[in-house]
Amino acid sequence: MDSRSAILSKIRATRKMEGDDAARRATVAERLARPVSGIIPARGQIGPEERIALFLDMIGKAGATHERLPQIADVPSAAARYLRERNLPAHLRKGADPRLAAAGWETEPALALLAGASDGQDLAAISHAECAIAETGTLMLLSGPDNPVTLTFLPEHHLVVIPADAVHGDMERALARLRAIHGKGEMPRTVNFVSGPSRSADIEQTILLGAHGPRALHVLVVG
Amino acid sequence: MQITTPAFRENSVRALNDPQLQKALGNVEKGFVAKRAAAKAALPEFEALRDQARAIKTHTLAHLDLYLEAYEAKVKTAGGHVHWAESAEEARRIILDICRKAKARTVTKGKSMITEEINLNDYLAENGIEPVETDLGEYIIQLRQEHPSHIIAPAIHLNKEQVEEDFRRVHTHLPETRDLSEPVALLSEARAVLRERYFAADVGITGANFLIAETGSSVIVTNEGNGDLTQTLGKVHVVVASIEKVVPTLEDCAGILRLLARSATGQDMSVYTTFSTGPRRAEDPDGPGEYHVVLIDNGRTAMLGSEFEEMLRCIRCGACMNHCPVYHAVGGHAYGSVYPGPMGAVLTPSLNGIRIAGHLPNASTFCGRCESVCPMKIPLPKMMRHWREREFEKHLAPAASRYGLGIWAFFARRPTLYRLASRLGIRLLALLGGEKRRLSRLPLAGGWTDHRDLPAPEGESFVAAFNRSRGA
Repeated sequence: MDSRSAILSKIRATRKMEGDDAARRATVAERLARPVSGIIPARGQIGPEERIALFLDMIGKAGATHERLPQIADVPSAAARYLRERNLPAHLRKGADPRLAAAGWETEPALALLAGASDGQDLAAISHAECAIAETGTLMLLSGPDNPVTLTFLPEHHLVVIPADAVHGDMERALARLRAIHGKGEMPRTVNFVSGPSRSADIEQTILLGAHGPRALHVLVVG
Repeated sequence: MQITTPAFRENSVRALNDPQLQKALGNVEKGFVAKRAAAKAALPEFEALRDQARAIKTHTLAHLDLYLEAYEAKVKTAGGHVHWAESAEEARRIILDICRKAKARTVTKGKSMITEEINLNDYLAENGIEPVETDLGEYIIQLRQEHPSHIIAPAIHLNKEQVEEDFRRVHTHLPETRDLSEPVALLSEARAVLRERYFAADVGITGANFLIAETGSSVIVTNEGNGDLTQTLGKVHVVVASIEKVVPTLEDCAGILRLLARSATGQDMSVYTTFSTGPRRAEDPDGPGEYHVVLIDNGRTAMLGSEFEEMLRCIRCGACMNHCPVYHAVGGHAYGSVYPGPMGAVLTPSLNGIRIAGHLPNASTFCGRCESVCPMKIPLPKMMRHWREREFEKHLAPAASRYGLGIWAFFARRPTLYRLASRLGIRLLALLGGEKRRLSRLPLAGGWTDHRDLPAPEGESFVAAFNRSRGA
């Protein structure tokens, strides 16, 4: 018997087969076909502006910085200012996200935009998050050509754009958004939930920022 | 790793007499206990979430075969490969085979306890493939040729001077005069060294905190981002996971995630939680070209249907060891096993046998703190008691405790004799206690009196006092 069959038959031998196997299969099929939300913390069940405030407060406590911009067209100047204020070169990597492409980067001619995945040499990159979760101060990013996953982990500074109306109260709303984009049961290569800049406490339990991923995470809330 | 659990007593004595270790262990209580308490206090739904999480895992285990089949089908649909391994040896061979097919010379690794359990690193190295641990703590202990002393903080037994010494010994390409006195300098150095390793590696190996049947996804949770670089920059991503990691849906995963980081580090959520599904898509500019999952039994199916089945709900948060007075006293290495602390005291006998691991379920005060903080409500003390019973039944307990229990049982079955003997015992001990009412020496009780005085009994036994008050 191959290992797969051996493991599965060992499991089956120990399971209480109340009724027939068909009933067990029906239970599992139902649960997978129609996922049910469990307990949702009351913390995030608040109005839109309060949600944004909670989201920024939580991610701020985790070490991220943030600013609020009236519209997407303000992103290029905010990004350029961010780099200038930190004496970083005016280079910014971004993916093919049409929402970012439409921001009107020609208003910042001094800012050099690099396209595509990161090779580890970039100091700064910008991504567009799909949504945010106020409950835990978390951004949800989806991998792909629009927002390559290497941009989330390789640069020293990661700037992330999040529309104000995409800040949800809880993780279940974010999962609903994911299903709306990719279809039930379908996923991009990675879904990245990011709740701050990279950190480690492995040396004497001292929390330090910038372990392997970005040392700095800057959130741009638009709208 | 070499299991040294039979030497638990000697290991413990050494740990108790190691001042550096004792200082480092102070960080466990300081670093974890208060933070978890604060995170729990800030979430009124925490207790209800524990009950819910227990129900999710209990349901999953009851249908484990079916959820594993559903999970496997989704992984395949997404273009991934699923391999099944009954034993550690089979798992190692499968992983080596994947690495060889990828012509791998080095592999990077995200933090994974299951690869410790199957002793993967030594095996890969013996077969000419260099494994590189990328979690900072794991990297440090790999340089020292040690094993993790804590499941989420593997280098918690070390101080920064020891880390500096190791970095100077190994990173000889860097100037000797560099300043490494601050932890941040050590972190930056490890970051720079490991960056090159990520890009050079052919295969990236991670564990999994969860496998999601609904989508065929594997989930990792990290703060450093090392697991993500490991799985993104290699040509091949290999996920190594034991079979009980599966949960039904995304919502089930979300529910348990609300407990994981809070119980582990006191964070509301870890910095990076990543759901990975299949290899990179045709249009993706980055990510691995192949995605493999190695599903491992290695003793789990034997726990199903036994009094240890509930242990399979464990999500490896480490809260039990963070709150354990025995762990606080001796640290993780003294256990001599892959998994330390209360969860290890239950799991190690299951994986390695009670003959080898008999000391562990006995190294407990049964204070119950582990069960009270376990996010999955696993009755750890009850299961340690089951192991003690099995040990006794198999005549593995030491002679002194067997005879002692035998004598006690003789009296316990004869209440009149028991009361007479305890009355005499109380008088005798009170007499020996003298004016100080303390005993500094007592035959057969050296385990106590070598370290502290035994207070002499005062007054009468509970039964005597009870009868007297009822008679009055």
